Amino acid sequence: MAFASPHVTAIAVEATEFPDLARTYRVSGVPKTVVNDQVEILGAVPQDAFVAEALSAPAHQPEGHA
Amino acid sequence: MPLLSPSDQEKLRSEFAKMTQSVRLLFFTQTLDCDTCLQTRQILDELPVLSDKIAIDEVNLILDRDRAKQFGVDRAPSVAIVARDDAGTDHDSRIRFAGTPAGYEFISLVQAVLLVGGGRESSLTAESRAQLAALDRPLTLQVFTTPT
Repeated sequence: MAFASPHVTAIAVEATEFPDLARTYRVSGVPKTVVNDQVEILGAVPQDAFVAEALSAPAHQPEGHA
Repeated sequence: MPLLSPSDQEKLRSEFAKMTQSVRLLFFTQTLDCDTCLQTRQILDELPVLSDKIAIDEVNLILDRDRAKQFGVDRAPSVAIVARDDAGTDHDSRIRFAGTPAGYEFISLVQAVLLVGGGRESSLTAESRAQLAALDRPLTLQVFTTPT
């Protein structure tokens, strides 16, 4: 998705190495995707649903990951 | 000793041979308080030997704060994937890995390198690509995974 839009940044976070992030984003299962700190997508979902969910996220810049 | 078996190396070598553009892996590291930085460096070191289109740039998170900030990276180990065009100009792919790219994450890293380097097509459908092309605000996706 980052390849398809200059506005998208995609970060794969290894949850066990950064337990503070996993706690902050309440990660209890993986994969879990958090979009703009607000929209959560749990598990592996079909691509069209995933893209639609991600695009529904309101504008917001999370701290630390500009 | 290489972490990859000779047959895996051969598979990766032929995949990377499809790349049309050079890719740099910006490896953000720090000397202290980073249990997995060395392991990450060892994993990344497996790649440049398989393709002359892949290079690693080590960035010290503490000493080179400006560069880390430019890429929005505040944790080590992290990897940012950057495309380098024929004129030698770098283009941030905005694809990052925070933590050790081992197990399935190694496969994700290889896939990302291939995508950015023009060695494979995007797996997005035409519809998804059209929707993303119309995007007019920043989206940051954090994908949490665990090693498997």
